Amino acid sequence: MNDTAPARVGASARGGRDAPVLVVDGLRKRYGGEEVVRGLSFTIERGECFALLGPNGAGKTTTLRCCLGLVDPDGGSIELVGEPVPKAAREARVRVGVVPQMDNLDPDFTVRENLLVYGGYFRIPREELDRRIPRLLDFAGLAGKAQTSIRTLSGGMKRRLTLARALVNDPELLILDEPTTGLDPQARHLIWDGLRQLLKQGKTILLTTHFMDEAERLATRLAVIDRGTMIACDTPRALIDTHVEPEVVEVYGEAAREWADTRGRALARRLEVAGETAFCYATDAAPLLADLATRAGVRYLHRPANLEDLFIKLTGRELRD
Amino acid sequence: MMQSATLRPPRLSMRFVPVWRRNLLVWRKLAAASVLGNIADPLLYMLALGYGIGPLVGEVGGMSYVAFIGTGMVCQSAMFTSSFEGMYSAFSRMHVQRTWEAIINAPIALDDVVLAEWIWCATKAVMSTAAILVVILALGFGHTWLALWILPLGFLVGLAFGAFGLVMNALAPGYDFFTYFFTLVLTPMLLFSGVYFPVDQMPAWLATIAGALPLKHAIDIARPLMLGAIPGGILLHVAVLAAYAGAAYYVALLLTRRRLMR
Repeated sequence: MNDTAPARVGASARGGRDAPVLVVDGLRKRYGGEEVVRGLSFTIERGECFALLGPNGAGKTTTLRCCLGLVDPDGGSIELVGEPVPKAAREARVRVGVVPQMDNLDPDFTVRENLLVYGGYFRIPREELDRRIPRLLDFAGLAGKAQTSIRTLSGGMKRRLTLARALVNDPELLILDEPTTGLDPQARHLIWDGLRQLLKQGKTILLTTHFMDEAERLATRLAVIDRGTMIACDTPRALIDTHVEPEVVEVYGEAAREWADTRGRALARRLEVAGETAFCYATDAAPLLADLATRAGVRYLHRPANLEDLFIKLTGRELRD
Repeated sequence: MMQSATLRPPRLSMRFVPVWRRNLLVWRKLAAASVLGNIADPLLYMLALGYGIGPLVGEVGGMSYVAFIGTGMVCQSAMFTSSFEGMYSAFSRMHVQRTWEAIINAPIALDDVVLAEWIWCATKAVMSTAAILVVILALGFGHTWLALWILPLGFLVGLAFGAFGLVMNALAPGYDFFTYFFTLVLTPMLLFSGVYFPVDQMPAWLATIAGALPLKHAIDIARPLMLGAIPGGILLHVAVLAAYAGAAYYVALLLTRRRLMR
């Protein structure tokens, strides 16, 4: 009990409500001979939804684990909700909620017991938990399920309960590691609605994802990281505007490659062929579309540039494992 | 190579309590099956061997053979219960259900989790010790208040073997790995520590080796207590058990840190 009081004082002494929620500076982490995080720096302000975007193995999860003080970094500094990490990681985690990549609810407990027991890890008094749990279950759309066993919940319900569990301590920062991986579209939208609701209430969110639509819908700012370094960081719109041509024409089919070599490359500012699709990037797509219109039987799609284009441009098309 | 963060001394704190309580809550839900599993086996052995072989051998070490083997069974049940908890159950929580991962995202450190699991192993050892003790007393063997000291002894045995189990847990790629511990450690321990027959029945060299086994020291404490006597050399026996427990706990903690804090 005594150990949380000075922590509060310390946090407000370091800047209080206006101070950044997370400051990562020059973070480095190596496993064996390989450096998986190589000098990463970013700052998250209160009320933001900050997304770490990167291919598999980019260092996203390692970065989160360092920020939570679960592994000691090899270099750099971290300040989480005003506390130095890893030194005061436990004090920091009192005011942080975490949704892990893989579900780890307690299968032997009911929905309600999961929240009760987890609240106990934060030393939240039982009466306070009794007040909070109905609200959390409402939020998660599990109001009627308090006494239900975890084993009978669907994947989406489990995710929502995991989200509710991460809120049991009313955290200042919510950290989500790939929150909707493995969910069907309906379940994903429910999670997104919940997160937007939290942002509206003024919560701060840090999430990792490799889903572009997720980042585009939720993130106020995002960082693209690859091989442990940050390659871009800004609002989604600004990133697209800076790095990618505004218009994209995708040309499909066996003839795409041949068309790209004979006509496309001359008309597009940038053109990439992947399999049987040619991606043409242009500031003005009109000449491309005019040419394609003269070719019978070629299927194509004209669309504005999006985050996926940005991501592919910055991290390349090759597979990551 | 281990890093200094892995090797630093254990950080003990009372934050282990909610984690220990979590295990207790789960146990309460599954108590019937668990209690049955923990005590049925030793009880059957005690009754079958006690009444089957007992009349053939008469008194052993100043007590009836049923009481003799019953006291041995109390200790071996503490050993098996805590080893099992430290291996299979802890592995389920650590690896399969990822319960530990959820806990260390809360303001609880991995050291607290390992401490909680260790104390929990010993707690379960006390539970099975108590269950068998009740049966022994009900059957009319050992009618002395001193026998109640076997409960804290069960806790100590649980700390030693729970820690061994947690060492195995930290190294295990899967459940099959624990078979090594049963075959190479628990079975010899069971056969050569004087559970079924007095250690001095064995050749001197074998008895000397048995002198290093933690279970033998537990039994050397338990048998006199059951007879209502203060065990001779009790400090040495307790010290040996405590040394095994402490050393194994530290190794378990280091290996668990190495496994999970990366």
